[in-house]
Amino acid sequence: MWNYEKRLQYPVKITQTNPKMAQVIISQFGGPDGELAASMRYLSQRYTMPYKEVTGILTDIGTEELAHMEMVCVIVHQLTRDLTPEELKASGFDKYYVDHTLALWPQAASGAPWTATYFQSKGDPITDLHEDLAAEQKARTTYENILRLINDPEVADPIRFLREREIVHYQRFGESLRIVQDRLDSKNFYAFNPEFDIRDSGKCCK
Amino acid sequence: MADNRPCRRDLMNRINTASFAVDDVKLFLDTHPCDTEALEYFHEFQRIRKAALKEYSRYYGPLTIDTADVDECDRWNWINDPWPWQEGGC
Repeated sequence: MWNYEKRLQYPVKITQTNPKMAQVIISQFGGPDGELAASMRYLSQRYTMPYKEVTGILTDIGTEELAHMEMVCVIVHQLTRDLTPEELKASGFDKYYVDHTLALWPQAASGAPWTATYFQSKGDPITDLHEDLAAEQKARTTYENILRLINDPEVADPIRFLREREIVHYQRFGESLRIVQDRLDSKNFYAFNPEFDIRDSGKCCK
Repeated sequence: MADNRPCRRDLMNRINTASFAVDDVKLFLDTHPCDTEALEYFHEFQRIRKAALKEYSRYYGPLTIDTADVDECDRWNWINDPWPWQEGGC
């Protein structure tokens, strides 16, 4: 159950369109290290996670990623709204426009469509948390790559906020991995998979 | 409505600030569930957030379904105010 809040997590107010920047930033919507893949990754992994602290962090970060996806979409939308056919042709955004007009559609900067193959849900807490830690770092690098291309402070400001959240999430996933390892066999973390080999872990209801 | 309404931008700033404090400490508490200092911090900002959301809804329309109070009005007002990506939205 989700409650939608009719506000952005951090404000986005872009007054100057820039379709060239939009074409790059859209990667953080539907690209390999984007917010849609991030949210789907954590929200898919959480069902079999046997440790409640980690189920909580996957739920809450997965939810926050949806808010980040919304912010990225608003940035792209505000960078492309009211474009004229001349502006579309001059910027190269005409190739996106022909299929989607000015609507949002999840794709990478290269034009590759979003795909579930951008993430893994492996069913082993050590494996999944390492994927999650790597994903946060890859997203941080992507935001830093975007920031090098931005001159407009109205665009850079929300992008910097999103970059900082990657770092906070990385920290929380690191703590989650420590919580998991504290409950495993310290001599061999791989002795068993707590998402598969412990069959009574989910017994809380009659 | 009369001009003695609270300032919309001030109210929105209070909601955004308190909500972000709650978002952030919520993640910290997931991995530090017994940290009493963090629990106190959570309670303080949760209270500010709830009060501000309620006040915002009364004067400018609901931001969450929890504050979409239909008792005061005979119509559904969730869809009336602009969405965050639109002019005048939050």
